[in-house]
Amino acid sequence: MNINATLIGQTIAFFIFVWFCMKYVWPPLMAAMEERKNKIAEGLAAGERGQKEHELAEKRAIEVLQEARAEASDIINLANVRAGEMVEEAKGKATEEAAKVKKGAEAEIEQEVAGAREALREEVSSLAIAAAEQIIKSEINATKHKKIINDISSKLGAA
Amino acid sequence: MSGENLTSSEYIKHHLTNLTYGQHPDGSWGIAHGADAAKEMGFWALNIDTLGVSILLGCLFLYFFKKAATSPTTGVPSGLQNFVEMILEFIDDSVKDSFNGKNPLIAPLSLTIFVWIVLMNTMDLVPVDYIPHLGQLIGIPYLKVVPTTDPNMTFAMAFGVFFLIIFYSIKVKGPGGFFAELAFHPFPKFLMPFNLFLELVSLISKPISLALRLFGNMYAGEMIFILIAMLPFGLQWTLSVPWAIFHILIVILQAFIFMTLTIVYLSMAHEESH
Repeated sequence: MNINATLIGQTIAFFIFVWFCMKYVWPPLMAAMEERKNKIAEGLAAGERGQKEHELAEKRAIEVLQEARAEASDIINLANVRAGEMVEEAKGKATEEAAKVKKGAEAEIEQEVAGAREALREEVSSLAIAAAEQIIKSEINATKHKKIINDISSKLGAA
Repeated sequence: MSGENLTSSEYIKHHLTNLTYGQHPDGSWGIAHGADAAKEMGFWALNIDTLGVSILLGCLFLYFFKKAATSPTTGVPSGLQNFVEMILEFIDDSVKDSFNGKNPLIAPLSLTIFVWIVLMNTMDLVPVDYIPHLGQLIGIPYLKVVPTTDPNMTFAMAFGVFFLIIFYSIKVKGPGGFFAELAFHPFPKFLMPFNLFLELVSLISKPISLALRLFGNMYAGEMIFILIAMLPFGLQWTLSVPWAIFHILIVILQAFIFMTLTIVYLSMAHEESH
């Protein structure tokens, strides 16, 4: 309980501790804390910036989307118009083709009719000749009446 | 509990006696047996227990804080670093609140004072008989484990602070300015002796109040723990537990008061005029 030289020893120890603390403990820790504070501030600022950028990007995305939608509807309209045109064109072409085919068919039919008529005529003439031959065979000489036969046959051909 | 061969007053006295090393009146050097023998050694004696425990605790403090400061990460701090930084921030805030000047010494000084006193006061929470009995088992007759219950300890720190007050007063204001502050205030110049007397008393009362406040609080706390320890075995905890819990508050509070007053005194020493 009495004051003695411990006082001096403790004072020395005290100052050594303070000196050590001032030299080796306080500055590095304070520097680290300061640096961390800056880092956190930077991080927060970056976060805010990111958020702002995100908002901008979202706005931009909405704009782009709207543009794209408008474009798409334009394209669809154009396509519809084009499709109508194409259908009309195809219709026209088809009608033309149909007319062409019809004409061709008619011509063919006519040709065939003519062919058939020719064949028929030939058959009839040959039949007539056969009949005439039969008649003539029994009545006259062929060579004798050749002129008459020819006349008839040519008359048939004109018919 | 007290040993069977000790009376209550002997038990208390034993617990309040430092392990003092010095020169006996007969000229031989050795450890004093009892408070009277220690007193007879005069000024040139050392309280080995106070010195040992306080320096041990100071080294403990610096070891852990240095460990945290050797590789301080700027990323997510580890447990120890987090704890150390928490204390540092608390000290830094206290210093910034009360100290207006710029001095790189004040903050580390406050940190050292605060943590060291907290550690020394905390020794009070170790049950009063543990360490002295262990000491007796290995042949140490007296062991007072709370350095702050030794006035040598508290006065040493207070005088250290006092020295810094004088040093910075003279450094900032110059010897003349410091003298003017003491002599020409608060009354006009013709009352100089009276002013000088008033200001010197207030100046000297600073370290004394610092030292006695801490010493008185811790000494009384220790004394109550010793008294509680003399109660019957089964009853002790009913008093020692509430007192220990209350004492946790005192341990921190006294360290904080010592630190804050140090900052305030040094702040006053840095100011040109008040």
